[in-house]
Parts: sequence; C-alpha cells; structure tokens
Amino acid sequence: MTQNRRSLRTTSELDDLSARTRELILRSVFKAGAGHIGGPLSVTDILVNLYFDRLRVDPTQPELPGRDRLILSKGHSSIALYTVLALRGYFPVEELDTFDAVDSRLQGHPCMKTLPGVDMSTGSLGQGLSPGVGMALGARRSKLDFRTWVILGDGEIQEGQIWEACFVAARYRLSNLTVILDYNRLPQFGWPSETGYTREVPIDDPAAKFSAFGWATVECDGHDHDALRDAFDKAEANDDRPTAIIANTIKGKGITFMEANHNWHARVPTQEELDAAIAELATRSLAGVGRS
Amino acid sequence: MSIPMVALTSEPRANEAPREVWGQTLCDLTAAGANTVVLDGDLANSTRADIFAECYPDRFFEMGIAEQNMAGVADGLATLGYVPWLSSFAAFLTSRDLDQIRVVIAQPGLDVKICGGYSGILTGKTGKTHQSVEDIATFRALPGIDVVAPADGRELRAAMAALSVSGRPAYLRLTRDPSPVIFPDSYVFEIGRAVLLREGADLGIISTGVQTVRALDAAESLGSAGYSVAVLHVPTIKPLDVEAIVALAEQTDLIMTAEDHSIIGGLGGAVAETLGEHRPTRMKRVGIQDRFGESGPNDALLKKYGLSSEAMVEQAQALLTSTR
Repeated sequence: MTQNRRSLRTTSELDDLSARTRELILRSVFKAGAGHIGGPLSVTDILVNLYFDRLRVDPTQPELPGRDRLILSKGHSSIALYTVLALRGYFPVEELDTFDAVDSRLQGHPCMKTLPGVDMSTGSLGQGLSPGVGMALGARRSKLDFRTWVILGDGEIQEGQIWEACFVAARYRLSNLTVILDYNRLPQFGWPSETGYTREVPIDDPAAKFSAFGWATVECDGHDHDALRDAFDKAEANDDRPTAIIANTIKGKGITFMEANHNWHARVPTQEELDAAIAELATRSLAGVGRS
Repeated sequence: MSIPMVALTSEPRANEAPREVWGQTLCDLTAAGANTVVLDGDLANSTRADIFAECYPDRFFEMGIAEQNMAGVADGLATLGYVPWLSSFAAFLTSRDLDQIRVVIAQPGLDVKICGGYSGILTGKTGKTHQSVEDIATFRALPGIDVVAPADGRELRAAMAALSVSGRPAYLRLTRDPSPVIFPDSYVFEIGRAVLLREGADLGIISTGVQTVRALDAAESLGSAGYSVAVLHVPTIKPLDVEAIVALAEQTDLIMTAEDHSIIGGLGGAVAETLGEHRPTRMKRVGIQDRFGESGPNDALLKKYGLSSEAMVEQAQALLTSTR
C-alpha cells in the first residue's frame, strides 16, 4: 500500500489529545472503582497517533469494509481504546462514565459485538495477532487495500500463539500487517530472582525475536508523536513482509508517581491521587477541561 | 406429540467415507456460491481438505501445526465475510485451541465451522492421544455453538449445506472410516431436529453420529427377540430437540442412549438432563465409561469399550428385564 497518510494533526495537537485521553482514563477508572491504569497510560500515545493521524477510518461508518483495522490485543487496556474512540467520535464521551457497569457497551475487555469501532474482541492475552493475520490474508484475497494494526503488550508475547502467528504471517509475507509492541518492560508480578520477585522485562530484545521470525522491525519512542509517525511510515513502506514496531514506553506514563511503578498496574486512585494526577496533566497541556 | 419419521434408504447397504464427503461437499458448496475458506493444521491429506485445496487453491490456507493461531486466523477471515472451515483432528482442534474458540469465535459469535475429524475412538489405531471422548461435552458447554454429529455421508452433506448458511459457529463431529449409508438421497437435514428412524413401544434408543447405524442393528436384533424398540437419531446435540426426546420417553417409558463419546456430558448427559427436568424416565447411557481409549482395530475397540451393536443389545436386554 502506498503511503497515503494525511497529516491531520500537528504534534502539539496530538500531545494535547494524549493528555486529554490520560485525564479521561484516570477519571473513568476512578468512577468505575476498577480497571487498569499503568497499561492504558503506556499505550495512550500509540492509540492517539493511530486514530487521529493514521488510520483510514470513519467514525460515522464503523463497519466500512475498506477501513483500516485496529486490534488491541492487550485488551486489559480497554479504557485507553474506549477513550480514544470516544474522542474520535465513535460514541459520546459521556458514555465513558459507564465503563465496567452492567449493560454497558464498555465492557472490562473490548467486545466487538457491543461497541462500534472495536474490530476484534480481546482479553485473553496472546490472541490478538492471529485474527490480525486472518484480516490481512482476507484483505489480500478480497483485494482490499486496508492495513491491519495489532497492538501487543510485552507480557503477552510470552504466549506461544504470538509466535505461531508470527511465523504464519511471515510465510504469507503479509506486508499489510503491522504489530506495535507496547514495550513498557513491566509485568504484573514478574520472575523469581535471588532477591525475591523482580519485575524485569518479560522477553528481552523482542526486535531480534520478530526479526528471527522473518519480520521487519523498527524501534521508536512510544510516547513521541513524531517518532511514532516515522515508525508508522516505515512500516507502511515495507512491501514484502510484516513489520513489528517496538515502541519503547513507560507504564503509567504521564503521571510522575505512577510511572514505571508496578503498583499502578490495576490500582484505583484515591480522590487526592486523582486530583494530583490531573493537576500534573494540566500543567503540560490543554487537558484539565475535564468532565465534571 | 408424534415425532416425524424418516424412512431409511431402500438401497443395499454400502459404505461411504465421511471425510471424502466432507472434502467434496466443501467444493460443491463453494461452487454453488458459498464464500468458503478452509484452514488446515497440516493434516489435509488425512481430513481430506486436500480435495478442496485442489479445487480452490486460493481459498485454502495452510496454517501448519499451530491450532491456536489457526482458530484466530479463521476468526479474522470471518470478520471479512468469509466462512472458514477448520481442518484438523477432533482431539486437537477441540482442546488445543479451546480458549481461542471461546474468546474469538464463540463470544463474538463469528461464523466459523470447527470440523473435528477422527472423532471418538475409531481413529485408525492411533490411541488415546488422538481420540476424542470429551469433545461433545466441551462444545455443549460453550454458549452459542451448534454441535452436529451426522450418521452417514448423506446426512453429512445435508448438514454441511445447512451449516454453511447458518451464520453462526458450529462444531461438526466427523469420523475417519467409511460407514454405511442409511439415509435416502432426498433426506432433509434441519439444525436442531431429531429424526425417528424406527418406531417402538418397549424401549427408545437415542443415538448420535455413526453409533446410530449400530443402534439400528441393535434394534433389529432386539426386534427378533420380541422387543419393540424405537430409534431416535439426534444429529444436532445442541440445540437439542427436547420435544422429540420427551415424546419418545412418553411413548416407551424406557430410554437408552448410544454415542462414541464419554457418557459424561455428551448425548447421554444431555438426554439425562432433559428427561430429569421434563419427564423423569429410567435410562441407560451407552458410551465411553469415563476413561480414555487406546489403539486397536475398530471391531476390537467397539467390543472392549461396549460400543458394538451386540454390546447395545446386552445392555438393552438388561434394562428391559430389570425391575424398577
């Protein structure tokens, strides 16, 4: 597929949207009294960049056959996806208040049957890449030129299915498939070491692994919108094999006391913590014009 | 209620290999306009997906020995309007990728046909690793998936035609070896409908899959011994034809189930649950008695595991002569 990206937003606008997304994530988790924080904040910039600058999608026609597909394989970061979808216009931002509630379209993990804009149901880790392979194979056979983007967490690439999907994608030379690895290096519990449990990176040097499976690889700063744009350009330019973008990220990114702190994997902030977090976001951007 | 009766074929008994019917029917359905794709776990020449691969190479996707990925890829293809049929052995396809089937096929209700070849214990001397005695139980418990086990090649053909337009996921249980053709060419299959193949008043045998042929043989023998035995064939274990099962229990007041599967959670389990709730009836479940199989020739396995028509006759006689 040719590069046909329309630079819809300036870098500064994307930074503002990221800050706004982070604020809404925190408010939604606080209101629901449940949900994940660290992972959603880690993947925020990737999702914002994709939905506001890259994906060929139309929120008013979420089922358009030729639309680009996005699979959030790390489904526990659902609130980040919901927030970006809402800001992009798929559904009202106010609906974020229903996150995790009974009868809500915003389930704990994304459900493609209930929420427009969700291209694949996810939640059981390690499963998102295979449907992406199916979409990419089907697109080729149906002569549709859309691209399939799959966001993986670095913990879930411990699942064998990811590597099953990798070798099949490489064998079929699926250049219309791109993986973005949210490489925040911080697992939920970790591995035993001499000094107790250490939260080291689950799988070291993922670029070498993807490369060994026949993929093109690109590394970038997963919080820098210019770097993400460049990495996405490079992925779209590869025409003979799939590309894995290793996006170096920080779990809890954007809130100093949450950053790289495993305790914020799935903790709900107190009112004081929420206020402090939103105040920090407000100092950097236009965020803070929040919902009541 | 009276259960609709289906006449058996009057042709002399001849065998047909279900797996060859399966491969050819996929071609026929596609030729007739179905948007079929077939995904294979490196077993196409065993399951006979190779017949389809030859007809429609651009609709056939080899996935290698990696069932989890195969289920997910099928799911992705289904989102584009393709109807994927999966080719592998029941033992692997229903357990190795069960979480994938649960999360990306059953939960979103995507139109994928999971075709378990070599089901039950008659798997060509491969032994317990390759036999599936629990696949029906597993799939019955998954919400939103139809479970179908045809008795012969003609019913398989008709069932595949129905499944190809059902628009929802299904588990299709297939057997390896040729089996007798019992249905006429005009047979009409309907998802969720059981068919009465033989009338009877003393005992009702409820059977599924290829065990229906042995159930008919057993009923014939019992008839010679003076018993009037009905046979209700249940090709769709889910959704189950509750009305037909209850009606048969009303007629015979004594029920025996027959399946090439564990008596736990399969057809026998489903019938027991149904009658327990709707019409408590004395019954006997004939099937695999909560154990794994082993390798061996079919006849020896049928005998040892109590699945032969002779074994059914013995069980039925014990049931008919026992007091309450």
